[in-house]
Amino acid sequence: MISATLQAEAIDIGAIIAEAQADGAGAVATFSGVVRGDDGVTALELEHYPAMTEAVMRALAEEAAARWSLLAVRVVHRIGRMVPGEAVVLIITVAPHRHEALEACAFLIDLLKSETPFWKREWRGDAGAWVEPRQSDDRALARWREHPVED
Amino acid sequence: MTTILYFAWVREAIGTGEERVAIPEAVATLSDLIDWLSEKSARHEAALADRDRLRFAIDQHFVGIDAAVSNAREIAIFPPVTGG
Repeated sequence: MISATLQAEAIDIGAIIAEAQADGAGAVATFSGVVRGDDGVTALELEHYPAMTEAVMRALAEEAAARWSLLAVRVVHRIGRMVPGEAVVLIITVAPHRHEALEACAFLIDLLKSETPFWKREWRGDAGAWVEPRQSDDRALARWREHPVED
Repeated sequence: MTTILYFAWVREAIGTGEERVAIPEAVATLSDLIDWLSEKSARHEAALADRDRLRFAIDQHFVGIDAAVSNAREIAIFPPVTGG
């Protein structure tokens, strides 16, 4: 199963992982990106490009599934406003063995950061500031796009 | 008519998230489009001044600034993405 969805409400991580394990595949890798509570941030707001976002997420999930022969992929991304400690994104990759699941999970979070149309704004009380991309995100992307790993 | 979409600080700087425009024939690429849009208002000019900070999609596909705009139905202009 390949699933890529957006939602405004909180992500129920435990329930989604339990569902992914239910089929008895050998390896379930998960990554959850969480709103940082450091540096005075009180809320995080996620804007996106509605006509494009889910299609791009799905295409990346399908690419990962094909490249690592996954049994299932689930990507859930929050939009709207959230607070420190809440998950922004949850990625689950399911494979017979750990190597494929872990590699695919790392690929998906790196690509989600660099190739999907989301924009983050951090709020500190009433003051909002758009988040600038990090150079380390570009290096993470290059690992997959310019130097593909052996399949 | 072509729909132009703006996101994040580009949207806020221009003051709208969407506008419909008739792109003149002389406007061939996104780079030309930026020049042309910049003449619409002082806010457009300010928002689009630094091209290194802009990214683009045509009909929901990421493209570079040299992409042709002639057959575009929807053009989006936005800052570098920061999802995940």
